[in-house]
Amino acid sequence: MTKTSERIFVKGNEAIARGALAAKCKCFFGYPITPQNDIPEFMSSEIIKAGGDFVQAESEVAAANMLLGAGASGVRAMTSSSSPGIALKQEAISYMAGSEVPAVIVNMTRGGPGLGDIGPAQGDYYQSTRGGGHGDYRHFTLGPGTVQEAYDLTIRAFDIAFKYRTPVLILGDAILGQMKEPIVPWEPTDVDEDAGRDWAITGRTGGREKRLIKSLFLDEGALAEQNKHLQAKYDSWKDLTEAEQFETEDADLIVCAYGSIGRIAKSAVRKFRKDGHKVGLFRPITLYPFPSDELKALAEQGKRFLTIEHNLGQMVDDVRLAIRTVADSDFYPIYPGNLPTPDELEEPILKCLEGK
Amino acid sequence: MTEMNEKLVFERPRSVIDRPTHYCPGCHHGIAHRLIGELFDEMGLAENTLMVTSIGCSVFLYNYLNADAVEAPHGRAPAVATGVKRARPDKFVFTYQGDGDLASIGMAEIMHAANRGEKMCVVFVNNTVYGMTGGQMAPTTMIGQITTTTPAGRCQTHEGAPIRMTEIIASLGGTAFAARGALNTVANIKKAKKYLKKAFEFQLNNTGFGFVELLSGCPTNWKMTPLAANERIANEMIPYFPLGIYKDVSEEGGVC
Ligand SMILES: Cc1ncc(C[n+]2csc(CCOP(=O)(O)OP(=O)(O)O)c2C)c(N)n1
Ligand code: SF4
Repeated sequence: MTKTSERIFVKGNEAIARGALAAKCKCFFGYPITPQNDIPEFMSSEIIKAGGDFVQAESEVAAANMLLGAGASGVRAMTSSSSPGIALKQEAISYMAGSEVPAVIVNMTRGGPGLGDIGPAQGDYYQSTRGGGHGDYRHFTLGPGTVQEAYDLTIRAFDIAFKYRTPVLILGDAILGQMKEPIVPWEPTDVDEDAGRDWAITGRTGGREKRLIKSLFLDEGALAEQNKHLQAKYDSWKDLTEAEQFETEDADLIVCAYGSIGRIAKSAVRKFRKDGHKVGLFRPITLYPFPSDELKALAEQGKRFLTIEHNLGQMVDDVRLAIRTVADSDFYPIYPGNLPTPDELEEPILKCLEGK
Repeated sequence: MTEMNEKLVFERPRSVIDRPTHYCPGCHHGIAHRLIGELFDEMGLAENTLMVTSIGCSVFLYNYLNADAVEAPHGRAPAVATGVKRARPDKFVFTYQGDGDLASIGMAEIMHAANRGEKMCVVFVNNTVYGMTGGQMAPTTMIGQITTTTPAGRCQTHEGAPIRMTEIIASLGGTAFAARGALNTVANIKKAKKYLKKAFEFQLNNTGFGFVELLSGCPTNWKMTPLAANERIANEMIPYFPLGIYKDVSEEGGVC
């Protein structure tokens, strides 16, 4: 059940904040970093009006640990940051994965490594999809490509977080965050705000058994069991993969790209189609779990692949893993610090088409 | 006959779980746990409490006290507790932290939670050493104290001076109550319980941040008998870390 309203014209960052409020997010913990400041700024007033709470934390480390506390209490909560800040949040994210705490973390990435720049880049793909903190864990990672999708996937992120008791990451970039587009906001009407009733720490009201949210398992075999349980959970996500396929059916060459670059690549693909070239686009929307089966099915049809990323080659590993038994993928890097246009992508696509 | 004349004068608080302790003989963590358990019973808090445990010998606090709990990363308990309290403002929330945890890696989190005046309590167990990891230097290690990483004794020009946390916390705007007690004598234990009770009451009245430091013994890493450890608290620690109430906004007229 949903409730929709009038179209509005908003930035990607604001769409994420509005999506979170629509999903009944009740606590937000932030720390300033460009290019995501619109999110905490919006939340500092709007989440309070919605009856929730906002804290500007003393650091990203603290913000992520506040998120851990709120999530463990069974409350829908979120934090947002950008690359260097997300690196600091990894400690708490590993603990949330280990102790199965639901929460939503937004990364509007910027160029790196180090302080890098404040422009867009996709250099955090490994960190986002491999588990940037310590230990064996994964978290759900969603890669929106449009402002509407940023809104929609934020709502979805909260549902996944609570259904699977896991941190969920939304991986955007400075393009998506700063871009303004019309969106149609909607509100899920079936959010269960009491979803943590069976496991969250809420107090032993009525004398129930005490509950522990923890990631320390010292008894012989206990940590092995917890890891088995976590891996089984991650395996069960296989059915939840999602990708946009654009003109892939009769395509000879498939361009693989995600997020903002996926969208820019789509414009390039359109142009090639106009000129009669059989090019298609495969844009993963779930980055972890990666839509490997869908991609492999295309490879089995004998198609060729070109992966384009705003980094020096990260998602291309997942593309190659997916299609490795039947095909390979070429790779075109866009260096962080450069802003790509659809025109710039034409040359590498053309080269690939001509088999060079 | 004799049974009927016996009078029970001491029993396990209901909120303390009946299980063997994992602490070393003479360790004061168990006394601190008991004081909290007694207050749970007396103040009817067990069902309304969310505990945030930290890293160190006390990580197993949640195995001894019958209340809901979440485990925080090393030093981050005040941030985790901030999230818990903001999410569930009607619950009683406290952290339990050692000196390595609170005064070293967690210095930023404790200062800012106090300064924001988070409506929560912090129980700070200061045994001047990293207990669990085998007796390394802590920020509170005394000058001259031998630890595994200060084999010649802590030297002020090389390692800095021991940090007095209660004084620092008392100076912050959001702090409603800050006190330092000790667990080395019966009289001091009784006083420490009063401080804890007061800090708990401040939270229940929604006044502000409550902080209680407890000077404690770690006979194992101090390489002392429990009795000698108690004496060390009296002779070496208390003169440097004076006991008493450092801030009480009910006496100052309140800051909130
Ligand atoms: C990030 C991180 N660094 C280091 C450790 C290792 N560690 C575990 S307990 C501890 C020291 C705890 O000392 P203290 O807080 O004084 O507590 P005590 O054991 O004395 O009660 C350390 C450094 C850790 N668990 N996590
Ligand atoms: S090592 Fe020290 S602090 Fe830890 S249990 Fe033993 S006496 Fe207590």
